[in-house]
Amino acid sequence: MNDGSLEIRDVTVQFGGLTALDGVSLAARPRQITGIIGPNGAGKTTLLNTACGFVKPQSGMVSFDGQVLTGLRTHRLAALGIARTLQGVGLFPGLTVAENVMIGATPSAKAGVWSALFGLPRSDRDERRLREQAMAALERLGVADQANELPGTLSYGLRKRVALARALAARPRLVLLDEPASGLPENELPELGDLIRDMAAEAGVVVIEHRMDLVMSVCDTIFVLDFGKLIAHGSPAEVQADPAVTAAYLGADGEPGPPAEGEPGPTAEGEPGPAAGGPANLAPDAPADGQADA
Amino acid sequence: MQEFLEFTLGGIATGMIYAAIALSLVLIWRGTRILNYSQGGMAMFTTYVAWLVIQHTGSYWAGFAVALAAGLVLGSVLEFAVVRPTENKAPLNAVIVTIGLLILLEGLAGIIYGGQYRSFPAAFSIKGLKAGSVGLGISPNDVFTAAAVLGAAVILALVFRYTSVGLRLRATAFAPAVARLLGVRIGRVLTLGWALAGLFGALAGVLVTSSTFLYPNSMDSIFVLGFTAAVIGGLDSPVGAVVGGIVLGVVLSYAGGYLGSNLVLVYGLAALVLVLMIRPTGLFSSGVTRRV
Repeated sequence: MNDGSLEIRDVTVQFGGLTALDGVSLAARPRQITGIIGPNGAGKTTLLNTACGFVKPQSGMVSFDGQVLTGLRTHRLAALGIARTLQGVGLFPGLTVAENVMIGATPSAKAGVWSALFGLPRSDRDERRLREQAMAALERLGVADQANELPGTLSYGLRKRVALARALAARPRLVLLDEPASGLPENELPELGDLIRDMAAEAGVVVIEHRMDLVMSVCDTIFVLDFGKLIAHGSPAEVQADPAVTAAYLGADGEPGPPAEGEPGPTAEGEPGPAAGGPANLAPDAPADGQADA
Repeated sequence: MQEFLEFTLGGIATGMIYAAIALSLVLIWRGTRILNYSQGGMAMFTTYVAWLVIQHTGSYWAGFAVALAAGLVLGSVLEFAVVRPTENKAPLNAVIVTIGLLILLEGLAGIIYGGQYRSFPAAFSIKGLKAGSVGLGISPNDVFTAAAVLGAAVILALVFRYTSVGLRLRATAFAPAVARLLGVRIGRVLTLGWALAGLFGALAGVLVTSSTFLYPNSMDSIFVLGFTAAVIGGLDSPVGAVVGGIVLGVVLSYAGGYLGSNLVLVYGLAALVLVLMIRPTGLFSSGVTRRV
């Protein structure tokens, strides 16, 4: 569909002998917030990685706005209008907050290498436009005052905001949020919810999240994964009432797993140092998760 | 006292050569985590190109300009054609590739230009400058050498700091995978890093060879000292590379001047070992350890 929808159709992903995703289909509409939930190892991150072309599925198809994403080269994502945040924060440690966000705004920069090297006017204009774009995004997320500070000096919550600002700087049409609430204290969740709703004013939002209170309060549609299979989908109320979902979260054998607020806590998520989003971070983590769960 | 002044100024001038080599190593290390062992060979090769141009045109500056251009081209071509295929392979592959490149470049230079020592002209007079009756231990050419490297380093710093290309270079150095996700074409950025490294290597080659000789191995010892300077500076920091070059140049100048000049390379290696033992991350690195 050419309306800015993300379409995932019948996607199966296998790592070695392990099936991380098994015939999963879902659609995320523009200006809607689509949640993907499921116990640890259910395949959520693999689904997100498949959605943005990092993982090539064995079968099935992913498309955005009518364009096939399967096997896409990563740097093309931004140009297609897709922004993805990383678990943790993934900011560049040695760049100021403003510079971090300017990188997010670069896909539209036109000045080439040579004009920049020789200081041609176009490069200068680009630079100024990038900075303006970045400042606008920082203001929108309320972190403009920290523009010239290094990410390491900010609180975790503020860094998360900067990471969101960076995702929004290029004015994406689809935002993929990988556990945006991880590591945030309870009292910052309502604000995060507002920010996500604000994003959905102009883009489709797909969010993977453990924090059920956040998911239930912001999502329009929720898809529930368990062991790589889609077990339920619908509105928050429908999903909450679905016995299959309760079973998946509580464990069919009555294992007292963490129900709704199954939050591993800030330490479990941690802040992945400077290598955040290094290859390991983007790598499909489903096999490890899956085995841990199995 | 006069000796001390001469050794200091002379050391700074030589140190700027080490700084240029160190900068070229840092540019590649930051972007790719590859230590480019062929940097000296690349610089030697572009200096031969300059020599050839000077032979034909009689113009030093034509040779100078062509060498810098050749450095840019050689750097980008090597990155694209030889180093790129080692991406995502074991780090040792890239190391072996750059050592192989060094052997290849030195062999090619020997085949094309022969192994004899050739003299290479200086841009300016190499007669010692005097302040009144006091010799300063440096020549106008030394001043030019220092100014050229410093000027190039300042331009590089401005590009890094104030342009979107520089921003992409820095971001890629910190987290390539994240930069790629944000739409940065990492491949191009890495090619640019190698091109700039080739440029700084070429600059060092042209500047240093006027005070040595040109032959296929002529840059080997300069490379080792440039590497030492880069390590002193922390391998990660362009500012550190320049400061490391100056520090090393001055220290070696004192050592050569007061202890005898036959062992300068040995002193350089001793300095390298010392830095690696005492402060392996260098004096200017951010101190952040990375997963390699």
